[in-house]
Amino acid sequence: MGLELKGLTKTFPAQGNGDEVEVLSGFNLKLDHGRFLSLVGPSGCGKTTLLRIIAGLEPASRGEVLLDGAPLRPSTTETGLVFQQYALFPWRTALQNIEMGLQFKGVDVEQRRREAMEYVEAFGLMGFEHRYPKDLSGGMQQRVAIARTLIMQPKLVLMDEPFGSLDSQTRNNMQEFLLGIWEKRRDTIIFVTHNVDEAVFLSEEVLVLSRRPARILAKFPVEAPRPRDRTSAENNQLRKVVLDVLRSEGPPPPV
Amino acid sequence: MRMGRYLVPLAFLIVWQGIASSGIIPEYKLPSPAAVMAAFGELIMTGMPPGHKLPSHLLMSLYRVALGFFIAAAVAVPLGILMGWSRRLQYLISPLVEMVRPVPPLAWIPLSILWFGIGIKSAAFIIFLGAFFPMLLNTIAGVQSIPKILLEAARTLGADQGNLLMKVLLPGALPSIFLGLRIGLGIGWMTLVAAEFTGVKSGYGLGYMIMTARDIQRSDEIIAGMVVIGLTGLLIDALIRKAEAKLLPWQ
Repeated sequence: MGLELKGLTKTFPAQGNGDEVEVLSGFNLKLDHGRFLSLVGPSGCGKTTLLRIIAGLEPASRGEVLLDGAPLRPSTTETGLVFQQYALFPWRTALQNIEMGLQFKGVDVEQRRREAMEYVEAFGLMGFEHRYPKDLSGGMQQRVAIARTLIMQPKLVLMDEPFGSLDSQTRNNMQEFLLGIWEKRRDTIIFVTHNVDEAVFLSEEVLVLSRRPARILAKFPVEAPRPRDRTSAENNQLRKVVLDVLRSEGPPPPV
Repeated sequence: MRMGRYLVPLAFLIVWQGIASSGIIPEYKLPSPAAVMAAFGELIMTGMPPGHKLPSHLLMSLYRVALGFFIAAAVAVPLGILMGWSRRLQYLISPLVEMVRPVPPLAWIPLSILWFGIGIKSAAFIIFLGAFFPMLLNTIAGVQSIPKILLEAARTLGADQGNLLMKVLLPGALPSIFLGLRIGLGIGWMTLVAAEFTGVKSGYGLGYMIMTARDIQRSDEIIAGMVVIGLTGLLIDALIRKAEAKLLPWQ
């Protein structure tokens, strides 16, 4: 059991004329629980749209999203979404951001605070829990955002280029941090990125998507042992193969 | 450099005193700053009319402004949040708002006296009209300035409509709401004198005091009253800024 996408199709009205742009066309995918899947693809290929549909933020034009065989309701906490821009609530402290979903669920203050503090600790945010987002570094803000999502124990975690706005050193640290968390918790994750290194380093499986409408060009299982080594020969080899497939898509079409 | 801020006001006072002392302008038209200070003392000790002392006038004015202001805030903020949230509601309501808004609060005075008579209700109504629109418009703008991604983040965390309203839209719009409260209170305070000009029979209020001083050509007391209005307005604004800094530490 797990996630199943059946014939997911999404069209947007094109700008200017009455045409429609097809972003997804009959997209199919199966993902078992406990898997860490990365999606890489050219920018604008529909990766983000795919995540937004699964997260219930946008309706599909056609097709189905099934989680454990049942269609997902919108605004459900069965899925959690981590945004590239963090999307923290600026008027809430780190701790208050982390406990927000529990508050929505009606968990009483004491319990949700206790739970949130566990995440503060596990996410290396001790001493910063009462700071507002503006007073946190980018890496810390994204850790708050990930903690805020994981505390809801979603069955499926969606991450949309979560480290895309970080400098490369922080980005590496955050990748290692996320790996550590995942190896402990084994959440089911769909991780969207256009960074092949990141996809290969983090995930169990890498899907390469085509230009839109997004199709699956290739699937690569990543069998490197954990803990992972960024610079191992097999890691480099796989990066090369994935990059070759991406490159075969050719230069972007003229706009 | 800090003293530099007071140079121009100080020079203003000196020039004013100079002109008044020179006798070019008769004293009943332009009293000297010293005379205004003396009038200020007289307003506190004796009152204008006698027995109606300055602190009582000030308190009554504050009470009227507070009444009009709080009623305006109580209507404008919730309505603004709803209008900022629902395009349809805004579409339905804003034509009426846009038609009423350009009417100066003072133009409502005749109707307000007809509706509420002479008294506190009438004064509060004028102040309400002055304060209401800036609060409404700023609240709407505040809600609409909240990034869409925050609403989406809230939805993925399981927020229902009530949560969105109370935990996202309201706090997200607060900085703008505060701005509206400050502008609204400022305008409310400014319409006070005119409102009290008409809406008073109790014999108290800064506006009433000034009008009484005018009746007997006491320009020194008129100016002293104006200074009190100005300083009080400044003080109220500073208090709201203080409250804002305290209530919105994340700004």
